[in-house]
Amino acid sequence: MIEVRFHGRGGQGAVTAAELLAVGAAESGNYVQSFPFFGVERRGAPVQAFCRISDKEIRIHQNVYTPDYIVVLDSTLLQAVDVSAGLKKGGVAVVNTNKQVKIKGAEATYCVDATGIARKHLGKPIVNTAMLGAFAAVTGLVKIDALEKAIRHRFEGELGEKNVAAIRECYEVLKK
Amino acid sequence: MVKKTVEGSFAIAEAIKNCEPDVVACYPITSSSHIAEGLAQFYADGEIKEYIRTEQEFSSISAIVGASAAGSRAVSATSSQGLALMHEVVYAAAGMRVPIVMAIGNRALSAPLNIWDDWQDSIAERDSGWIQIYCENAQEAIDTAPQAFKIAEKVMLPVMFCIDGFYITHSVETFEVPGMEEIRKFLPKFNPKLKLDPKNPVSLGVYAMPTHYQMFREDVHRDAAASLKVVKQVHDQYGKTFGRTYGDGLVEGYKLKDARFILVSMASVCGNIKEAVDALRQKGMKVGLLRIRSYRPFPYGQVAKALAKAKAVAVLEKSYNLGGKHPLYSDVIGSFVDEKKRPVISSIVGGLGGKDVTVRDCEGMLKKLAKGKHFEVWW
Repeated sequence: MIEVRFHGRGGQGAVTAAELLAVGAAESGNYVQSFPFFGVERRGAPVQAFCRISDKEIRIHQNVYTPDYIVVLDSTLLQAVDVSAGLKKGGVAVVNTNKQVKIKGAEATYCVDATGIARKHLGKPIVNTAMLGAFAAVTGLVKIDALEKAIRHRFEGELGEKNVAAIRECYEVLKK
Repeated sequence: MVKKTVEGSFAIAEAIKNCEPDVVACYPITSSSHIAEGLAQFYADGEIKEYIRTEQEFSSISAIVGASAAGSRAVSATSSQGLALMHEVVYAAAGMRVPIVMAIGNRALSAPLNIWDDWQDSIAERDSGWIQIYCENAQEAIDTAPQAFKIAEKVMLPVMFCIDGFYITHSVETFEVPGMEEIRKFLPKFNPKLKLDPKNPVSLGVYAMPTHYQMFREDVHRDAAASLKVVKQVHDQYGKTFGRTYGDGLVEGYKLKDARFILVSMASVCGNIKEAVDALRQKGMKVGLLRIRSYRPFPYGQVAKALAKAKAVAVLEKSYNLGGKHPLYSDVIGSFVDEKKRPVISSIVGGLGGKDVTVRDCEGMLKKLAKGKHFEVWW
């Protein structure tokens, strides 16, 4: 079973990202589970959301304490939150940043300027979908086509297409 | 049946909708808000006949009691303070014998204010005469919704089916929701013998003198206790139709065959306990789980039988009886009043107000109870 922990700030869409990842991963026949850690639901406050992907039935219902992957939607969290807490040995981090950072405790850290990409396609710095493209490129755990399908289902019409463009660009950037 | 990857609450709302309720009345409250929202969306889409947006929960339950008394299939969803606010009418619903159904997203009671999971809200309604079924996951809740209506309408007692707040209400997983046509074959139209009808006036639950009041309560007690058979029958019938079963409908044993040390619990934490049981079995420990599904009526006989060969048992509950012996613990002890022998039975209160009870915690509990000594702890 693979466990993914998303770190974001309230309003950035970490919960939706975890959900879209689950929907996308279910497309290939995986058992999935995503859920938010509900805390103080304020815009801008640090939030977490979780996703589990498995080839077996998922029976557990508890927070993710020892993730295989962490996805950081907002690089300002790196100073505020211990994002790599409990990260498994060999664990990987995917971070939205326009700098090159290295997450302590991670086997590898992949950086992508998802904010820039989201601004370009969506006109807003909402990076949750774009970061899923990065996640798909780095991990191969979910097919980019399945994510696009999940996104089009979630966001209708033009908004869906804009999100798909953002996710696609993030995917291509990290595939290189 | 189509598989869908969606949030548990929305899948449960769809299952309720497919039971074709005539009247829904809700006031959204965390953690069951999304069930209410899902039902409201179905109403907006023209798939539910009537949805009453009440100003608070006392009105929600009052509305569905009235609707049910008039012969409608009626349902609500609530949590925590919402259920507590309904309390007065919860008792009235059982006394009036209206077969309403409620989905409960379990959540702690104030004070201090807390929006997270435990069972105290529904356990506080334990003595009301309602049938209470605790589901391990949202798939079980989806499957229990049609069963709840069927049980209620057979026994003429209200049913609440309970799921852990957030853990189950807010988890996105892949579910199969039975369709309306399929449910129609399982759940007949609601057609009560007695209902409020201007052409044939009756009164329900109005007034009883000391000579009669106790008889009403005794009736409810007798029928509620006897409904064990119906809960099981309806579960078995559902299993035959839809292919999914949950233990024997009353309790579910996990690796009990040769188990010497058994943890007893309910609801979603049982998934974590199953993982812990598997982990300790790999180390050669003879441990197991007994999950209570039907909490009211309580399957005393089945519990005593399932635990008879155990050396030690511990009861893990997200509920409490402050200053007394805790509710599920007391029921398990009560299962042995007619038995000559019983295992050592210990009590664990845990997971209150969303405190995570992890697989590792469950392993710790199993190891502690495997020492064979009695204990009563807060974990």
